[in-house]
Amino acid sequence: MKKKDKAVLALADGTVLEGYAFGARGISFGEVVFHTGMTGYQEILTDPSYRGQIVTMTYTQIGNTGINAEDAESRSVWLSGFVVKEYMARPSNFRSEMTLDQYLREHRVIGIEGLDTRFLTRHLRDQGAMTGVLSTEDLDPQNLVAKAQAAPTLIGRDLAKEVTCEKPYEFYEGLWELGQGHPQPEKPPRFRVAALDFGIKTNILRGLSSRGIAAMVLPAKTPAEEILALNPDGLFLSNGPGDPEPVSYAIAAVRKIVKMKPELPIFGICLGHQILGLAFGCKTLKLKFGHHGANHPVMDLATREVAITSQNHGFAVPEDFFKKEGQAFELTHLNLNDQTVEGMRHRELPIFSVQYHPEASPGPHDAVSRFDRFLDLLEER
Amino acid sequence: MPKRNDIETILIIGSGPIVIGQACEFDYSGTQAVKALREEGFRVVLVNSNPATIMTDPELAHRTYIEPLVPEIVAQVIAAERPQALLPTLGGQTALNLAVELAEMGVLDQYQVELIGAKLPAIHKAENRELFKQAMLKIGLKLPRSDTVHSLEEAWKLVGTVEYPAIIRPSFTLGGTGGNVATNEKEYEEYCKWGLQESPKHEILIEQSVIGWKEFELEVMRDLKNNVVIICSIENLDPMGVHTGDSVTIAPAQTLTDKEYQIMRDAALAIIREIGVDTGGSNIQFAVNPGDGEMMVIEMNPRVSRSSALASKATGFPIAKIAAKLAVGYTLDEIQNDITRETPASFEPTIDYVVTKVPRFAFEKFPGAEDKLTTQMKSVGEVMAIGRTFKESLQKALRSLEIDSYGLEERIKHNGRKPSPAALKKLRENLRTPHSRRLWSIADAFRAGLRLEEIFQLSRVDPWFLQSIREIVESEQELKGVFKKSRNLDPAALRAAKQLGFSDRRLAVLAGVSEKEVRQARKTAGIEAVFKRVDTCAAEFEAHTPYLYSTYEREDEARPTDRQKIVILGGGPNRIGQGIEFDYCCVHASLALSEDGWETIMVNCNPETVSTDYDTSDRLYFEPLTLENVLDIVREEKPFGVIVQFGGQTPLKLAVPLAEAGVPILGTSPEAIDRAEDRQLFAELLCKLNLRQPENGAARSVAEAEAVAERIGYPVLVRPSYVLGGRAMMIVHDRRSFRHFAREAFKVSSDHPILIDRFLRDAVEVDVDCVADGTRAVIGGIMEHIEEAGVHSGDSACALPPYSLSEEVVAEITRQTKAMALELKVKGLINAQYAVKDGVVYVLEVNPRASRTVPFVSKAIGRPLAKIAARVMAGKSLAELGFIEELKPEYFSVKEAVFPFVKFPNVDVLLGPEMRSTGEVMGIDPVFERAYAKSQLAAGTRLPASGLAFISVKDSDKAAAAGIALNLHRLGFKIVATKGTAKYLESGGLLVSTVRKVKEGSPHIVDMIRSGEIAVVINTTAGSQSISDSFSIRRSALLMNLPYFTTIPGALAGVEAIAHLRRRGLSVKPLQEYYQTKP
Repeated sequence: MKKKDKAVLALADGTVLEGYAFGARGISFGEVVFHTGMTGYQEILTDPSYRGQIVTMTYTQIGNTGINAEDAESRSVWLSGFVVKEYMARPSNFRSEMTLDQYLREHRVIGIEGLDTRFLTRHLRDQGAMTGVLSTEDLDPQNLVAKAQAAPTLIGRDLAKEVTCEKPYEFYEGLWELGQGHPQPEKPPRFRVAALDFGIKTNILRGLSSRGIAAMVLPAKTPAEEILALNPDGLFLSNGPGDPEPVSYAIAAVRKIVKMKPELPIFGICLGHQILGLAFGCKTLKLKFGHHGANHPVMDLATREVAITSQNHGFAVPEDFFKKEGQAFELTHLNLNDQTVEGMRHRELPIFSVQYHPEASPGPHDAVSRFDRFLDLLEER
Repeated sequence: MPKRNDIETILIIGSGPIVIGQACEFDYSGTQAVKALREEGFRVVLVNSNPATIMTDPELAHRTYIEPLVPEIVAQVIAAERPQALLPTLGGQTALNLAVELAEMGVLDQYQVELIGAKLPAIHKAENRELFKQAMLKIGLKLPRSDTVHSLEEAWKLVGTVEYPAIIRPSFTLGGTGGNVATNEKEYEEYCKWGLQESPKHEILIEQSVIGWKEFELEVMRDLKNNVVIICSIENLDPMGVHTGDSVTIAPAQTLTDKEYQIMRDAALAIIREIGVDTGGSNIQFAVNPGDGEMMVIEMNPRVSRSSALASKATGFPIAKIAAKLAVGYTLDEIQNDITRETPASFEPTIDYVVTKVPRFAFEKFPGAEDKLTTQMKSVGEVMAIGRTFKESLQKALRSLEIDSYGLEERIKHNGRKPSPAALKKLRENLRTPHSRRLWSIADAFRAGLRLEEIFQLSRVDPWFLQSIREIVESEQELKGVFKKSRNLDPAALRAAKQLGFSDRRLAVLAGVSEKEVRQARKTAGIEAVFKRVDTCAAEFEAHTPYLYSTYEREDEARPTDRQKIVILGGGPNRIGQGIEFDYCCVHASLALSEDGWETIMVNCNPETVSTDYDTSDRLYFEPLTLENVLDIVREEKPFGVIVQFGGQTPLKLAVPLAEAGVPILGTSPEAIDRAEDRQLFAELLCKLNLRQPENGAARSVAEAEAVAERIGYPVLVRPSYVLGGRAMMIVHDRRSFRHFAREAFKVSSDHPILIDRFLRDAVEVDVDCVADGTRAVIGGIMEHIEEAGVHSGDSACALPPYSLSEEVVAEITRQTKAMALELKVKGLINAQYAVKDGVVYVLEVNPRASRTVPFVSKAIGRPLAKIAARVMAGKSLAELGFIEELKPEYFSVKEAVFPFVKFPNVDVLLGPEMRSTGEVMGIDPVFERAYAKSQLAAGTRLPASGLAFISVKDSDKAAAAGIALNLHRLGFKIVATKGTAKYLESGGLLVSTVRKVKEGSPHIVDMIRSGEIAVVINTTAGSQSISDSFSIRRSALLMNLPYFTTIPGALAGVEAIAHLRRRGLSVKPLQEYYQTKP
């Protein structure tokens, strides 16, 4: 019952929740979404796909394991605000190096705790994800609601350009091992692929490396010709934040690459999957409140096996995309919760993609075989 | 994969009587399985020896056998029913072991019965320590270094290499029976010996200690298509070294990062696949080094377990039900999630609250047992609480325990002064050695100024949990300060406190006001509990199941209906004296009222039970059974009435305060309850009805008590008032020992007087359950105890109908019971206890509520008494219900009690007025002696057909013992006796060999018992000296698993049963057939 600074979260529909501040102080806005994973807050904070969003954790005790140097998915914290029921100020974990509060302060991200996150979650579930303003300065509900209403939504915003790398870089580093950190893979790379960075999670790159696939990570706006000039063995389209449609330069690049070099294996994850869909003529749709969690059942329609997957997306490739006459793509994976599209592959070309996150981090490792699939395509070539 | 259609009949084996380590969670899992398989159209055959289970209700399975759970009996069931499949994974270790035995005996092959769920090799791989170790090494997982040994010699060979502390774990035992931690060579030898003895396969594992490491559990499910999901992760607050059944456990795991958690998850998937559990649930335990995260696999249960029951309640994912469906061929994605109704079962539940389970201990019942927690489970029950934070759920769990605790009260009082060095030393020791009150010790340590780091070093409780306890303690200090300043209980502080989980009652203590005042202040400030739903998915999908818990937040999701509703208060944690029987009654009440169109609302906090299955009642509130929490629910639901008489003492205690708060109590009025419980009013009632009770008196001081005893004359029965299960009740034979026991009774009695009754020596005790509707009373059953009066009714074997009472006595007992029921205007159940001596009937006690024997009686007569009673309470008459006359079955049902003595070294097994049994079994047969033999077999006692019988009895029993000895002799037994008894028997012309008493030196009787020469022990004793002299006889008989009788009536019945068994073996018959033959 120590005196804590107040903080307010106001939603565009007029809903206002009061709580207490942790992390940085200030004011920020974003699309308010909820994440149902019980572990992995550090990975969530550092996942560039949350750019432009205020993330509510449905699990109630956050901060338990502190922050360590090994579990970051990128170089920074990208989301606009972090909402929890109870922030645990004293972490307990042998790898913890700092508290969540310190980390958020360092990265200038506002946290709010002590509010009814279940109410917020139910509200977002019923009303849909919506814009919100998180503030520790202006605490006036009416002001904040007005600000939330004035703030832009995710639709039509190119957020990838805000989170992509500035310069290309090479990546070849192994998956995390207890006591080892991220060791260099024992063998030199067998393949070298181009990875278009729309906000790539490092564990994707590690997943590739651990199979002998080195990546040249390229800024999102790298044109097709430049990519092909690198003579890569394959192309990887990364995850990333928000709406895929405004990432038109990448959609165009993919279209061009497929045309110029149809035999090039392509693998897309999440936003990369949507961009692939857009490149082949589908219209993406926005989900009511998206999928953000680590327990989504996805069925592989070929084997009927079910994987428990990590997910984080608000937009999707619609199912009717596959119903078109002469459609080049076939649906390969389905979400069993709401029957949304989770994966597809080209009927003739070595191109496939998934909506979920086979690299996990956070979440179960059930779907890592997607990386093997990419490796197979590289080998077949 | 759709369900299999090559199976028609499935056999399910239950887990038998409630014992430490195996409680009503297996009634929950078995009941779910039977229901699920029946729904799928299978013919279900069930065997279980425990009548107080919902699974043995005759309408649940197609064929229900209440028979002993031993291979030869189950083989008879298989021969009679010819099931195609046996599902062994839902009846605990008992069912699993039995299935293995049946397979190894060739019975399953002979009758072509397929094991479904887990096959024999998988069971072996998981249960055999050596095979398990090999399997784990194969998939690259680490285990603590260990060696398997089968004899003491082998164990000795290891002595040089063992690092202390070393853990001794017997194979194939439940609840870690026989497990121990040896810290030196002497203990090593002792514990190895005990462990070898306890293991049915004489196999123990000597394990490198990972004591002090963190302990985790994962609940895993797999389907036939190799899909695996984790239902729940559980973190133990107690470190390795405390049995998980005795640990405070928390879901979900709190101190693992995602990376570390995924290592564990990957391991769990690999383990269940490698072991090859085909379908269903398994529980896997891990130890994690807090210093570097190194992980080791501890063990795996290839079946549903106590933890799966907890995980089901903690997440809303019904593991046993799904396991049953997977066993018959479905895959996870083909099964719907009941709660969301739109998503499949092939997912991993995610929760948005914290679940805390706290075990309930009963050390006070076993003088001599040390309150020290080790690798062998000692708790008798548990509670679970749900809160939005750990602090809230912990505090809710504490007040659910029924130990008169409402938070982390100070156990060490120091009135603001610094604790003395001696007190600090004691406190440190209390932190170092885990015991049942360790949470309070931790709180006290913070109050005494110990640093968190030191408390961690001593207790090895993870700093994360310590920090939360510290925050609770610090909040208490702050609250005290705030409340001191503001006389009107500052609303902001009050709200913050409620969010931390503080009870009104604890806040009252902190504020120095009454609980009522706190509640009033709270209401005035508009601070009310809200209710949230348990939905498996953290609100991502809509929950259609009203499974609720309270918290203090913004939104209330209870959404009460406008139907006519009845609230049923459950029984809380299992403990000795209050167990599954009361849960059975609550479930029956709910089912009956639901059938009659009422909306039923269950309130309970025991995760093991059927009552807390969200499927049982229309609405479930998983809440502590305290006045505060019940009033919150009543405010929310506004029920037609509340039923308090089915859940035992716990809800009954709430009857008066609830009534005072204006809550309508259904059934017998609280005044009538008081009239039966208050001794003065009760005496007046008996006087009015012209009924007799043993001479008695009450006393408020030891001197007064002595005067009463003198007036009545010894022996007397001394007992405190207002206690359950005969706590601190004693029979005192002389003035010399009276003072001591009177003092003990006062200790337990607190403010209330103690009661002194004349003890009727060698009287027959009788228990009666009766239903009344205010104008009519009908006897449900009259049970004649086998042990004489003086043995607690819960510990005594009993027969229905009476096997020796005359018709006149039975008629008189019937008359008296009805007279009292009508005079008290009982609406519902009433239980009366009598002693019959020389044909005279004395009333001992009357309780106008459901008794422990209601399920037994219901099973014995084939009528559901609790259901009838519930309907009466809701307004129906017995005439309307068609229950207007007594039923007298043409077969005998014998109930026998089951005791936990083996878990408590140094505890005497003698029976007395204090109840110590944990569970019960039932034997049914047209012949009394055979029903008795079945009850003994079911309770784990194999009566021998021949051999050497040892007899040593007190003087007053010698004449009776001579008759028993003669009978044994006629049956071909040889007799051995101690000097005095031998002399007496020989004087009657019997050939008896003499053996030395222990104090007379080796070779003595205990040597003979240990070497396996004795087949049966008959040992009665009186007086503290001879009791302690003969202690080792009874104890070694117990450890050798010999039949032992400590009362003459018990021995008589036992010998008669042996005679009958020699004539013809036991046979089996389902309840459904017994009921058809009833008059």
